[in-house]
Amino acid sequence: MTEFLGTELSGTEFSGANLANARTGALDRFAGAASALVVTPGDPATRFIFRGGKAAQAAMGDAFGIALPVQSCRAATGQSRAALWLGPDEWLLTGEDGQAETLFAALESALAGVPHSLVDISHRNISILLSGPKAAAALNTACPLDLALESFPVGMCTRTVFGKAEVLIWRTGDTLFHLETWRSFGPYIWGLLSLAQREYGAL
Amino acid sequence: MLLIACPYCGERPETEFRYAGEAHIARPHDPSALNDDEWVDFLYQRANPKGLHVERWRHIHGCARFFNAVRDTVSDRIFKTYEAGEPRPDVNAVAADVLAKESER
Repeated sequence: MTEFLGTELSGTEFSGANLANARTGALDRFAGAASALVVTPGDPATRFIFRGGKAAQAAMGDAFGIALPVQSCRAATGQSRAALWLGPDEWLLTGEDGQAETLFAALESALAGVPHSLVDISHRNISILLSGPKAAAALNTACPLDLALESFPVGMCTRTVFGKAEVLIWRTGDTLFHLETWRSFGPYIWGLLSLAQREYGAL
Repeated sequence: MLLIACPYCGERPETEFRYAGEAHIARPHDPSALNDDEWVDFLYQRANPKGLHVERWRHIHGCARFFNAVRDTVSDRIFKTYEAGEPRPDVNAVAADVLAKESER
């Protein structure tokens, strides 16, 4: 037996100091987990769904403080607010928590007389934040979208399907993703992401 | 998984889409002027061809917009998608055009 092992391990790559360097500690893969994929619940926020034609878009851009993105699947940000393209006449507007009522009233008065639809969905939606080099891979465990940087660049956002639940995926950085979903889908999506973390959490 | 080209969002996986029946069926302007047979034709009679078919699809889990597609019901291949409201294309010409471009490569 020792002779057999001796022949197998006689090469330089498996001997002495090399072997010691190649060995990984029993807990190394858990210690590295924090940086490979971090999933955190997002903070509460003010959220509106806005729909309207060209006149309403321009008026909303002025009132909200951010010109609504016209290019498909793109987000515009500024002053802790964001406007996300959802469809050719549909946007998600987000802002800091606690200003839903005042902001809603201000936007409605600015758009008085212009045909549009503005709905407060602050409490319908929740957000989940993903970060780390394995964030895209974790999303791809339950979503077939191409999330490579070339085809899904920073600032791109889209509604899609994650497992069986509809989600909005917004890339806020090379390895940062912002997910928005209906609050009742939250535990389901969190469960799927937890499974992904078991696979991809370790570096 | 099929990729379907939404006219607004580009190529997306088929799970984001829903089928919505035959396209270019205009509702009669004055239904009360139709007799029963004509009304039945509008409500229920559909082409159901074996081959090229013009259909409505909806990108329900994306931009949520309806659009039209030219699809071959035999091969399930989608030759063209275009925004709702555009005129019905010549389906044979569309398919022939796509196949000719492919054979050039």
